[in-house]
Amino acid sequence: MFAPGFAPRRVVVTGMGIVSPLGLGVDHVWKRLVAGHSGISAIQAFDVKDLPAKVAGQVPAGTRAENGFDPSEFIPVKEQKKMDRFIQLAYAAAAEAVEDSGWMPEDDEGRERTGVMIGSGIGGLETIQDTAKLVAEGRARRISPFFIPASLVNLASGHVSIRYGFKGPNHSAVTACATGVHAIGDAARLVSLGDADVMVAGGAEAAICELGIGGFCAARALSTGFNDTPTQASRPWDKQRDGFVMGEGSGVLVLEEYEHAKARGAKIYAEVVGYGMSGDAYHITSPSETGDGAFRSMRNALRSAGVGPEGVQYVNAHGTSTPMGDDLELGAVERLWGDAGAKLAMSSTKSATGHLLGAAGAIEAIFSIQAIRTNTAPPTLNLEEPSRETAIDRVAKEAQSRQIDVVLSNSFGFGGTNASVVFKRI
Amino acid sequence: MSEVADKVKKIVVEHLGVEESKVTETASFIDDLGADSLDTVELVMAFEEAFGVEIPDDAAEKIATVKDAIDFIEKQKAA
Repeated sequence: MFAPGFAPRRVVVTGMGIVSPLGLGVDHVWKRLVAGHSGISAIQAFDVKDLPAKVAGQVPAGTRAENGFDPSEFIPVKEQKKMDRFIQLAYAAAAEAVEDSGWMPEDDEGRERTGVMIGSGIGGLETIQDTAKLVAEGRARRISPFFIPASLVNLASGHVSIRYGFKGPNHSAVTACATGVHAIGDAARLVSLGDADVMVAGGAEAAICELGIGGFCAARALSTGFNDTPTQASRPWDKQRDGFVMGEGSGVLVLEEYEHAKARGAKIYAEVVGYGMSGDAYHITSPSETGDGAFRSMRNALRSAGVGPEGVQYVNAHGTSTPMGDDLELGAVERLWGDAGAKLAMSSTKSATGHLLGAAGAIEAIFSIQAIRTNTAPPTLNLEEPSRETAIDRVAKEAQSRQIDVVLSNSFGFGGTNASVVFKRI
Repeated sequence: MSEVADKVKKIVVEHLGVEESKVTETASFIDDLGADSLDTVELVMAFEEAFGVEIPDDAAEKIATVKDAIDFIEKQKAA
């Protein structure tokens, strides 16, 4: 498949964009995250009286200048109805990332060497929900011609490519809650292997609708015990945790071949040095009881990075605040790090944002890179009383200043799919 | 301007996101108003909904301009 003597190329991050429950814009969101703010609140968009879970991490409405999200600032009104909300969020995060990178090629060569890989765990769930009502009412002929393209997962990549004229690989990862990491890892590989020089990569999710909340409730995955105190609902590793809190949003990175970035004088945030994957081959929704899938994913990522566990200073955990998953991941990290765990910081930023499903790995990649840039480990909110002790510092409640040069970020998804990515200071 | 013409133009403005002044009777949805083939499908559906008429596919294909739409709907309503 590859010519003799072929050498993988180095890949760096040159742009970042985020729309999240903590707002829009990397600096703003990071500041709030480090300050211990929560983006979780009571669900406003629809009536939750029949649903056991009543809180979520919702993207604040508002102008871009106020760090809120207003689709009209990014997308002409006529185009908005052709996109489910997850695509609109991806569009905004991509705009932030592309503008940040300064990479907007006008020539054919530059455009053909730039691709897009923005995934989603579920895609246009709310659009599917609303359109299905027409069918139930016997009005199938009233289905919008935009229903299918508004709902398809890969249309986030499609719309972003059309907006900027990026004619390289146009791809999309769909691996439930591991989507964001798979998209970034796979896109980095495409750049490394020469399929593209630049990839706009990340994830987007907007599943806070009756079907999404109801569906995850039915799978007994969501927190239901903190409906009156939303900011306390997401509490990874805490004794009282009772499920994850759904979040929405999008994170997008601009991944670029190192020499390409240097040649144009781009600012470089970090290098993507490692990527690992594994499958549990165990259960559709439960992680394997030994945490073996998580262990192998992290081990593979560190191997590909050529870094030992002692060389990693911070882990951004999957840590969704479910009774089972949190401690299994912790056990896997303890096993892999061994004695080096005593010097490790690991936190779950889902305590502040909720779980953004297919976008989680993407926004957490941004938090991981920010941890390196600012030498700061963001906190795990609501970690009052851990369900078990560990030598690893889980950065309970308050951010910590630490020397952070190498970070590993985990994302695990339904179906038993696991992915880990490693970023390094450059 | 007839009531039908008025309403058709409003729907076109709303769905295609164009300025009202551009929606003249001779304006072509695709050539003058920036619509693509899916936009015109949606537009026809919006006319059906708003006027309570049925526009079969073969008739819809012949509706290329604002005037085509107005004429078809007025004929349907008179029938």
